[in-house]
Amino acid sequence: MNNFKVLMNGIVKENPTFVLLLGMCPTLGTTSSAINGMGMGLATMFVLICSNVVISSIKNLIPDMVRIPAFIVVIASFVTLLQMIMQAYVPALYATLGLFIPLIVVNCILLGRAEAFAAKNGPVPSFFDGLGMGLGFTLALTILGGVREFLGTGKLFDIAIMPEQYGMLIFVLAPGAFIALGYLIAIVNKLKKA
Amino acid sequence: MVIVLTGVTVVAGALLGYVNELTKEPIAQANAKALSDAIAIVVPGFDNNPAEAPETIELEGATYKIYKATKGGEFIGAAVESSANGFGGALNVLVGFDKDGNIIDYSLLSHAETPGLGSKAADWFKKGGKGDITGMNPGQKALTVSKDGGQVDAITASTITSRAFLQAVNNAYVAYSGQQVDGASGATQQVSATVEKDTTACSGTLCKEGQTCDAKCDSCKVACGEKCDSVNCKKANCANVDCKKAECPNKDCKNKK
Repeated sequence: MNNFKVLMNGIVKENPTFVLLLGMCPTLGTTSSAINGMGMGLATMFVLICSNVVISSIKNLIPDMVRIPAFIVVIASFVTLLQMIMQAYVPALYATLGLFIPLIVVNCILLGRAEAFAAKNGPVPSFFDGLGMGLGFTLALTILGGVREFLGTGKLFDIAIMPEQYGMLIFVLAPGAFIALGYLIAIVNKLKKA
Repeated sequence: MVIVLTGVTVVAGALLGYVNELTKEPIAQANAKALSDAIAIVVPGFDNNPAEAPETIELEGATYKIYKATKGGEFIGAAVESSANGFGGALNVLVGFDKDGNIIDYSLLSHAETPGLGSKAADWFKKGGKGDITGMNPGQKALTVSKDGGQVDAITASTITSRAFLQAVNNAYVAYSGQQVDGASGATQQVSATVEKDTTACSGTLCKEGQTCDAKCDSCKVACGEKCDSVNCKKANCANVDCKKAECPNKDCKNKK
């Protein structure tokens, strides 16, 4: 039950994008379409789970003074592993997401969860925290990507819903990312208060 | 403290090295497959393996890779890898030409254009697209966008990308047409290499003004004078345009101060 709470915490109560506002750089940069947002979210989730589990297992071995460099080495290693494995075995996915994979390293969610959760809890809760935060991030990025893709090009997951000429191109570009994210955060806050 | 951090990095390094070894082969295979798939799209109908032995030529500082396609030993066309500076960075494109120099098809290998705008270049210039360039021959008239008085419709709101794309295609044609001289002579590459060359051209490519073709190096160079020309090419003494190297006698060098 406790683990379930940890899991839901990441998805709803402390959603990294809509509530904690962590990792804005990849959020704004990669969500030009729903599928891109989802891919980025899933890749981040994979790294987040791995780094959370490893960091929570080695936390007692690492002196306080060097914990941040050690965490970053762990995170960067997993990102590089993910990049190489994707490039080797799923080149099609790598072609769309390859550019964004190295961005995961600088995603503050990873270091944030390592510091705030994994460094204080055991591997099993850390796994669920990584899963919950990862799912929350994936969900948020998919919604944001979907909104931008629909408003910008009239498609959703590459399926045409309305004719493309009605699309407002600005939503595919950077300003649209800020506008859409701002409104989504406002909606989430409104729902939370209700 | 130092030991722990060193330990963490050593373990991470070893793990990455291992996985790198493990994935090196599949990555190379995946890249080769992506390339041969792209070649199959832009020059269909070959029965050799063009991706196997690309020819690299250099033109005005840029390198072009030419993948020759043959059918039953006969030259049917080639795919040329070319690039230009687009709106967001390098725009790499693979263009297929038939043996007359007409564009068969193209494939956008990599780009960093704006999604929803410049990224439309992947389909825009294909058959059925609004800026269809298939069947055109850049040798008769270099391709330019209609805004610049050309014959190709630019992507809406992405003129810079369109210009870069067409420039890449034109450059690919220049590289290809230089290369095609050898192909058209009917000789295989090795035979044509021994054919006596015009001193102003290398491998069918005209040298820039003031340069001549160095027979030993098969590349365009500035003439440094008699003594310099006799110096062994491997040392690349003559390749230095300004002849700064000591081996070049000062009085013989044109560009020496």
